[in-house]
Amino acid sequence: MLSLRAAAAPARRQCFAAVPRATATLSFQNRRFYSDKVAKFHGTKNADGRYTVSIMEGDGIGPEISQAVKDIFEAAKTPIAWEPVDVTPIFKNGKTAIPDATIESIERNKVALKGPLATPIGKGHVSLNLTLRRTFNLFANLRPCRSVAGFKTPYDNVDTVLIRENTEGEYSGIEHVVVDGVVQSIKLITREASERVLRFAFQHAQEIGRKKVRVVHKATIMKMSDGLFLRVARDVAKDFPDIEFDAELLDNTCLKMVTDPVPYNDKVLVMPNLYGDILSDMCAGLIGGLGLTPSGNIGDECSIFEAVHGSAPDIAGKGLANPTALLLSSMMMLRHMGLTEYADRIERATFDTLAEGKALTGDLGGKAKTSDYANAIISKL
Amino acid sequence: MLSRSSARTAQGYQLTFFFFLLTAPCASSFSPTSPPECFALLRYRRNRYFQAHQFGGKYTVTLIPGDGIGAEVAESVKTIFKADSVPIDWEQVDASGVDSGAPGSAEAMFRESIASLKRNKLGLKGILHTPISRSGHQSFNVALRQELDIYASVCLIKNIPGYETRHKGVDLVIIRENTEGEYSGLEHQSVPGVVESLKIITRLKSERIAKFAFAFALANNRKKVTCIHKANIMKLADGLFRRTVQSVAADYPTIEVNDMIVDNASMQAVSKPQQFDVMVMPNLYGGILSNIGAALVGGPGIVPGCNMGRDVAVFEPGCRHVGLDIKGKDQANPTALLLSGTMLLRHLGLDDHANRISRAVYGVIADGKYRTRDMGGDATTHEFTRAILDKMDTL
Repeated sequence: MLSLRAAAAPARRQCFAAVPRATATLSFQNRRFYSDKVAKFHGTKNADGRYTVSIMEGDGIGPEISQAVKDIFEAAKTPIAWEPVDVTPIFKNGKTAIPDATIESIERNKVALKGPLATPIGKGHVSLNLTLRRTFNLFANLRPCRSVAGFKTPYDNVDTVLIRENTEGEYSGIEHVVVDGVVQSIKLITREASERVLRFAFQHAQEIGRKKVRVVHKATIMKMSDGLFLRVARDVAKDFPDIEFDAELLDNTCLKMVTDPVPYNDKVLVMPNLYGDILSDMCAGLIGGLGLTPSGNIGDECSIFEAVHGSAPDIAGKGLANPTALLLSSMMMLRHMGLTEYADRIERATFDTLAEGKALTGDLGGKAKTSDYANAIISKL
Repeated sequence: MLSRSSARTAQGYQLTFFFFLLTAPCASSFSPTSPPECFALLRYRRNRYFQAHQFGGKYTVTLIPGDGIGAEVAESVKTIFKADSVPIDWEQVDASGVDSGAPGSAEAMFRESIASLKRNKLGLKGILHTPISRSGHQSFNVALRQELDIYASVCLIKNIPGYETRHKGVDLVIIRENTEGEYSGLEHQSVPGVVESLKIITRLKSERIAKFAFAFALANNRKKVTCIHKANIMKLADGLFRRTVQSVAADYPTIEVNDMIVDNASMQAVSKPQQFDVMVMPNLYGGILSNIGAALVGGPGIVPGCNMGRDVAVFEPGCRHVGLDIKGKDQANPTALLLSGTMLLRHLGLDDHANRISRAVYGVIADGKYRTRDMGGDATTHEFTRAILDKMDTL
């Protein structure tokens, strides 16, 4: 049953990517696609009373930082059992794919944690991240950024939450050469995918107790595509009367965020793919880089939480890596699974350790090893 | 065969538009430590491809104040230029993107501004408002650039001496393709609820902007050109842009070239902006990065810029904000338009005027007594203008 679904799912999505019109004929102008909660966690505990989580340790520093996370989870007695899976890409019918056993594991556990993956350079290789996103239809990318007390940047008290549409937009992958030297790249915006991510944004705002949702767009120029995203947002907003909704032009968001990010601390930002990609990394820049920012890829069935930084092959195996990003991503995972109290406890210990500044890794200007840092957090628990 | 013929077209283009660039290099005394007024632009030289009109010793320049704060800051520029006896006659066209109600009037004014720019070849322009509502009209800002083929937007991001921001030592130039890419305006709805929006990248225009960027870097004694793209995802479109920039780079061996993915570039820009020098990119990324850049040095009120075309050059604030919210409140900062105006003067070879005016502007800001609200002061536009006029008397 499970393997059947695994095999059928990518085929359905391929069809969606290739012929968007075919699926869309079923949708009507004002049809509501999601009446229930979007991306609800459906996982169940195993016989020991633990949730099983698939873990992809990743390449380079991946195994070290995964070990640190496992140690900390063990010390905090979180009811999680890890199931290591392999994501070494295989070629299936000439396409990059991930092994079936991995797909099965993630489909079964509904949730996975992922370390950094090195995308092999070479022609025809779709990045593994993109493959995972497509395989599990992870439609929303959730990227919170919070200032870390122990690490000084030009910006203080940053606490942004950004949600990015993850399946279409500029990254639809539909491109062609019209004649030599002329390329068309298609940005695809559909009501269905827009509504899904927007609904998730509003629900997430309710969950984390923020009262405002803001759509970032460029509808002055892309009147139809971003205009559609904006119209859908206005419709969805009507279902959430307790949340204040507004919209802002991309240019203004960039300008204001870099001038002073603090006014964004009470808002959830939601936007199409490309803008989200750029702005989420920009926010990471405000607080000190990708080594300190968690990321969650949310799908209807499964969700994958990951560290978005690189695999740093130069320091791999030396015990120097900073596991913070993966650790914070695993906090997001715990919250997604409803294990909020564990997440709060570990998160407090982590931020206290960072603020104290005694056991910082090299990238934050300290001298501690990965294990020293993990132990410092464990002692705080 | 196809590729050869298109390469030849590109070559033909090069001859016409590139002529003024080649005659341009004014290897002035630019160094990173020199005051910002020393921005050497690609200078105007008299040749038959690119000629502003001069009658009775005066140049006629189109002035489009624009919407929002446009009228106020344009007034400031006119006052200051007049006080310095700059030999320019303004041909003012009050085009507007705000719907005035009278059908066709906005369109007529827009046509007039195009005609005026075609005639004068030179313009100073504020920003026109673009409504979101689908009233069927395209952004006038974009339409103007496309119609006049003003393909290169230059935005100068540099810390102003005496005005502290979060970042120090920022000195970068954003060069942005202005006529295609995401702003092609080609969109359609396949079925209700499914919209496609086309991004067009052509080798011809990529090559043109790349050459402009390298020529600019050379003329201004800059060391490095960074190509900003997203070729890992948009393999064909941004891939073409990136490849073209790299192949153009081969003609400029003295200039270092590298490339960076746009999300990484945004992250680097807010954490280590000092690493950038000249950046060249397609249309949309330029919009994003010029706003990030403007925020690094103090906002859109102080960032000058220009738009270069084959025949026409339009000088406008580098970070394009209309400022409808502070319209008519006498709070606007005219610095961006003033500095864009001094770039126009340098373009015409009127360096004396340009230096005096820009020195006065920078002097007033450095003194810190008169600053507009966006710079943390409480001076009105008029008070700030007055202070610049007083400063000019002392220079």
